[in-house]
Amino acid sequence: MAAKSNAARVERDEKSKRSVAPARPAENATNLDRLIHERTRLAIISALAVNDSLTFNELKQLLSVTDGNLSVHARKLEDAGYIACAKSFANRLPKTEYRLSAAGRRALEKYLDHMEALIRATRER
Amino acid sequence: MSSHQPLPPRPRDPVALDDRARDNLRFIRETMERAGSFTAVPGWGGVAMGITAFGAAAIAARQDTPLAWLVTWMIEATAAIAIASWTTYTKARESGGSLFSGPGRRFVYSFAPPIFVGALLTLFLVRAGLTGTIAGMWLLLYGTAVVTGGAFSIRIVPLMGLCFMVLGAVALFSPASWSNALLAAGFGGFHVIFGAVIARKYGG
Repeated sequence: MAAKSNAARVERDEKSKRSVAPARPAENATNLDRLIHERTRLAIISALAVNDSLTFNELKQLLSVTDGNLSVHARKLEDAGYIACAKSFANRLPKTEYRLSAAGRRALEKYLDHMEALIRATRER
Repeated sequence: MSSHQPLPPRPRDPVALDDRARDNLRFIRETMERAGSFTAVPGWGGVAMGITAFGAAAIAARQDTPLAWLVTWMIEATAAIAIASWTTYTKARESGGSLFSGPGRRFVYSFAPPIFVGALLTLFLVRAGLTGTIAGMWLLLYGTAVVTGGAFSIRIVPLMGLCFMVLGAVALFSPASWSNALLAAGFGGFHVIFGAVIARKYGG
């Protein structure tokens, strides 16, 4: 129940951001990757970048997020092909394991380059 | 106590883009450091340390003098430190983090003080002729080091430390002849068991 409403809220936040807040031109001009710009998703990608794989519960504990929040954001990343998700059973309990895909690693590198470029650009001005 | 007025709404400063970018980079780095602690403790290294400890306990049990007994365990401690350093180093490197970045440094800073106290107390107890109490003290202080060092790591690490502390408390009030068995159970058994679990669940 709580997870569901959380998930709904995330969905809503996404929508309101998209419709209300106009994208900042400076970020738009260089094609900011909105998909990993969002904090929770950025955290998922960053955490997976330094680990071979992390389970759903490990990520949840690490990032201090709710089940619903994590699953919604992880799904978005999965749909984009940035992370791979493997479901299995461990001692009859469902276990979800996430890995960063090559595309996800590239996206993170691009995002890092983008941030560095922004800092450099401001310094030169 | 004076009652506080509600704060006036903060003026919305336009945050500079580069500040935002810097903030994002810091966020990524901090997340990576936190996430890195998931893998900083080497599982297979723990298993290897456990196996050498079983060997050391077998050899130490055959020594006649307290000094020979102590030297055997000192050699084991040196070997264990070498194994731990090497496996932690390679595991940190494999996962792309540095041993001396956030989690690694935190671990060393909180792990080292109890170990230093342990070394000092060993010297004192040997000189006082109280070698029978050394095993309990070692288990207790090593447990303390693992609990404090592992406080920021995966939960199984401080749990292992706690097990060591309990065993150390038992050892303190047990006859000195149990020393080798208790040391084998702790440094051997706990390391092998917890090491295997860490290796299986947290990648190496």
